Amino acid sequence: MTEPGPTATDSFASKLALKQRAGGLVVPLLTALLAFLIGGLVVLATGHNPFYAYHDIFDGAGLNWIFHPSTNIAHTAPYNLTQTLLQTTTLILTGLAVAFAFRCGMFNIGGQGQYFIGLYVANWVGYSFQGMSPVPHILLAVVAATLGGAAWAGIAGLLKATVGAHEVITTIMLNWIAIWIGEWLFGDGGPLQNAANKTVPISNDVAQSAKLPVFWGIQNLQGLDIGFFIGIGALFVFWAILNRTTLGFEVRAVGFNPEAAAYAGINVRRNLVRAMAISGAFAGLAGALDMLGYLYHFGVSDIPVSNVGFLGIAVALLGRNTAVGVGLSALLFGALLFGTTHGLSSNVIQPELAGNLTYMIQGLVVLFVGADLLILYVWNSRKKLRPKRTSTTTAGAPA
Amino acid sequence: MTTWVQRFDNPLSARIRDARNMAYAGIAFGVLAAFVAIPPIETRSIVWSILLGIVAVSLGIWAVTRGHRRVGWGAVASDILGIGLGILATKSGTGNLEAVFNSALIAQTFAFSTPLVFGAIAGMFSERSGVVNIGLEGMMLMGAFWGVWGADKGGSWVVGIVVGMLSGGILALIYAYFAIHLRADQIVGGTAVNFLALGITGYFFFQIYNGNYVPQGVSTIPNVRIPGIADMKFLGPAIGDLNLMIWISFILVIVAYFVLFKTPIGLRIRACGEHPRAADTVGINVYLVRYGCVVLSGLLAAAGGVYLSDGFGGGTFTDNMTEGRGFIALAAMIFGNWRPFGAFGAAVLFGFSSAVALRLQVYSASASTLFNVLPYVLTLIAVAGVIGRTVPPAADGKPYRKQ
Repeated sequence: MTEPGPTATDSFASKLALKQRAGGLVVPLLTALLAFLIGGLVVLATGHNPFYAYHDIFDGAGLNWIFHPSTNIAHTAPYNLTQTLLQTTTLILTGLAVAFAFRCGMFNIGGQGQYFIGLYVANWVGYSFQGMSPVPHILLAVVAATLGGAAWAGIAGLLKATVGAHEVITTIMLNWIAIWIGEWLFGDGGPLQNAANKTVPISNDVAQSAKLPVFWGIQNLQGLDIGFFIGIGALFVFWAILNRTTLGFEVRAVGFNPEAAAYAGINVRRNLVRAMAISGAFAGLAGALDMLGYLYHFGVSDIPVSNVGFLGIAVALLGRNTAVGVGLSALLFGALLFGTTHGLSSNVIQPELAGNLTYMIQGLVVLFVGADLLILYVWNSRKKLRPKRTSTTTAGAPA
Repeated sequence: MTTWVQRFDNPLSARIRDARNMAYAGIAFGVLAAFVAIPPIETRSIVWSILLGIVAVSLGIWAVTRGHRRVGWGAVASDILGIGLGILATKSGTGNLEAVFNSALIAQTFAFSTPLVFGAIAGMFSERSGVVNIGLEGMMLMGAFWGVWGADKGGSWVVGIVVGMLSGGILALIYAYFAIHLRADQIVGGTAVNFLALGITGYFFFQIYNGNYVPQGVSTIPNVRIPGIADMKFLGPAIGDLNLMIWISFILVIVAYFVLFKTPIGLRIRACGEHPRAADTVGINVYLVRYGCVVLSGLLAAAGGVYLSDGFGGGTFTDNMTEGRGFIALAAMIFGNWRPFGAFGAAVLFGFSSAVALRLQVYSASASTLFNVLPYVLTLIAVAGVIGRTVPPAADGKPYRKQ
């Protein structure tokens, strides 16, 4: 925490690279399964049937849509699925925000704050620039919000690069500053508070021209907007930046070993700032897509409820900070997020309980994923099993 | 990027960043804070005074942490006076000042700072032994719920404190196992602890109390009414009738100081945090010390949580009751430079800003927000500007591998 610039050789990214080799798809699946198992035990202990509960959550998330596919939004399954995909879009982006910084050896806890900044900027641009035609208005709002998120995260990157302030501390502080900025912006007498009704601490609605087109569902009923495709596109961009550009190569090099990177002539400090800013850009984009896609307005009371930025940590860690992994785990957590709350019919387990079950599963996933030894143990025991199996076959062959 | 560093290190900027000059600038800002509110300029909004005052206070504290104590504290004092005078001037017509700044504000400051003191001291023990504890928030939240649950089911606030502290201790033990034995990344593990606590408390709050409030009449932690002082004019409302946990928090700070710096145990703890290999070589059981410190950290943070629900909150609980207080405690610990009295001072400062924020809510929402955000901004400035002066233990956050 004290050194100006990173010098830790045992950086998180290098450990992560090890873990990526160890276990592949098996370990994340096992981790998630274990978390669901323990969550199920809690459900069982409190007198609910975990199988029915998970089944209800599955249906609540609209994942049963694959058994009876239909595009008719009036049916429950397709409607729930659109809502799950809305959450997935957000989580893909907040997950990428965490993942990108990880690949540069930094832990961006500030996704939530960067997401908020994106929301605020998108709301401001979306409301204030009335009378623009849709395409430039949407572009302006999205770009401004993305830059806002990038700038917010850039503060943390800059502080790390110049004075060596630990990004975990600075991003936590920036999160809370962003939260209080929101309380001020949308609160009583705040600059972005509803112009028509000064009694409620809620922002203005963005203009019609700034709303993203909806392709599945009805706009006023939170239909699935084209932000979903932008989210999927962001996965490709993430992969392309990291694996097909010089910038990505440098970022990964710094993540593996900053000293070696510096020795090879890579400017470590510049890459820290860049990686953090790109991280924040993903989170800011998430805020923009939420605001322009289906929220349209935001209130003071929504601020403490929102936790998509923090969920991004679980998404990135479970997805091993790879594009495909983040996409899949965003779908898992998106389904959990909607399936345990609004989508859930409270026959077996109340949404209030199930919603907290999501937090527990999230916590358990993060806890297990963070443990090097646990993962290496699983991996090593797998390796131990393998030669035994071959030795028995070779022993059996001559006989 | 190198050019920034060069710019940062040139003689002029070094002179500007000299702590003594910062303190003088702080005093000047403090004077300015009062000045903008009186006739020549006479701004009617208290925001300007407070903004200038905040800049001034942070400059003063910066100077203090740089070793220029006298001039630094002088700056802080003059700044607070400046803010007070500034607000006095803007509000003198309405006379609201009496309502914001009175001696009961002192009591309220302590009420707000106590959970932070517990949390900051808790974090300090953990980090001094070399384990970063981002999970303070979660441990505090566990204490808040299970504390009030214990007080409700056990029928006594004593049971509440014990149960609450144990719940935090158990969560800390789980975290310690992952952080120490499994060598998990401590930041990741701490984040997990926060999610877990949020889920567990929310789940069982709804399950046990069916999502409603904790029933009325739960045994709450009593106030200590000091006979002579309670009826005095100024001291009475200030310290005459404080909650028991507030007094315990004062004692805790002193005890923590002695344990950490004046006893062999404290030396061992610090050795594990600075150089675990060396500590191991001289026969200290690094794992044992770290386990002890992390569990102690959980117990103390949870005690702060119990105070929040069963003392300050009067026997209630709400979802996510701690609302980031664990993180402010973390900030107080960093701001106080991993030292008991430093952490206490920072916690009181942050508690003061929360108390003022609450009282200003009625008059000016934006000024209130400024005070609410102050702890985070100050900490950001501290870790950013302090440049090598906030010194965490050398082995903080690094898992130790036995050889």
